[in-house]
Amino acid sequence: MSLTRAERTIIVSMWSKISTQADAIGTETLERLFSCYPQAKTYFPHFDLHSGSAQLRAHGSKVVAAVGDAVKSIDNVAIALSKLSELHAYVLRVDPVNFKFLSHCLLVTLASHFPADFTADAHAAWDKFLSIVSGVLTEKYR
Amino acid sequence: MVHFTAEEKAAITGLWAKVNVEEAGGEALGRLLVVYPWTQRFFDSFGNLSSASAIMGNPKVKAHGKKVLTSFGEAIKNLDNLKGAFAKLSELHCDKLHVDPENFRLLGNVIVIILATHFGREFTPDVQAAWQKLVSGVATALAHKYH
Repeated sequence: MSLTRAERTIIVSMWSKISTQADAIGTETLERLFSCYPQAKTYFPHFDLHSGSAQLRAHGSKVVAAVGDAVKSIDNVAIALSKLSELHAYVLRVDPVNFKFLSHCLLVTLASHFPADFTADAHAAWDKFLSIVSGVLTEKYR
Repeated sequence: MVHFTAEEKAAITGLWAKVNVEEAGGEALGRLLVVYPWTQRFFDSFGNLSSASAIMGNPKVKAHGKKVLTSFGEAIKNLDNLKGAFAKLSELHCDKLHVDPENFRLLGNVIVIILATHFGREFTPDVQAAWQKLVSGVATALAHKYH
């Protein structure tokens, strides 16, 4: 599964809008993840996960920055996220099902912040892109 | 069995009262077919599904989407007995329509995303959580009679 040129264009152009609110989007994505899929909290026993917590904000920023890195290297996500891929495989070992939950929550956040931009085509492009990112992050699991 | 708290029920029914079922239904089914093109396998008789704009404008897609979401509305009137409410539809989807229940989960998430585009800030994480519980409950209820 790889992105068409049209899909790449949609993602890159939406990203320039998204990046102006990157931290808020990252934080909200995680808030949605932990509200809707509380089992995801099991990976963060060491965090204060209350809304507004500094750790939540910092981690949300990290997650969105990584998505941004993937967007900037959209033609070669595997190389851009190689270190993160190893981190997830050997250290974090987050069960792959959670990437679907996180991706869905990011899509919901984008849909709520950018309803006019989040057309059916954009929805498809982002769903596909996040699916590719998730694949890269789990490709060294076994 | 899925249990909804009073707050969750309020989040669901409160939002639902403001949904244009005809419009949202067409949007939801359309997006399912666009984002997950393999779901088009159930709709060979629907005519032109060749592009996102063809799909979103297709009158059969809109009509069927309205039907599906109207049925969803019935779930909301029966939050305490989703399995009972969807028993007949579950049999239909298994025995006559042969729909893989995974499709119910995909559609449920598309509905959640459409609600997010329509309601923006109002669609808070807590409201989303109530709706995720609902769409998951509906998907399970629709799969319940499969054999």
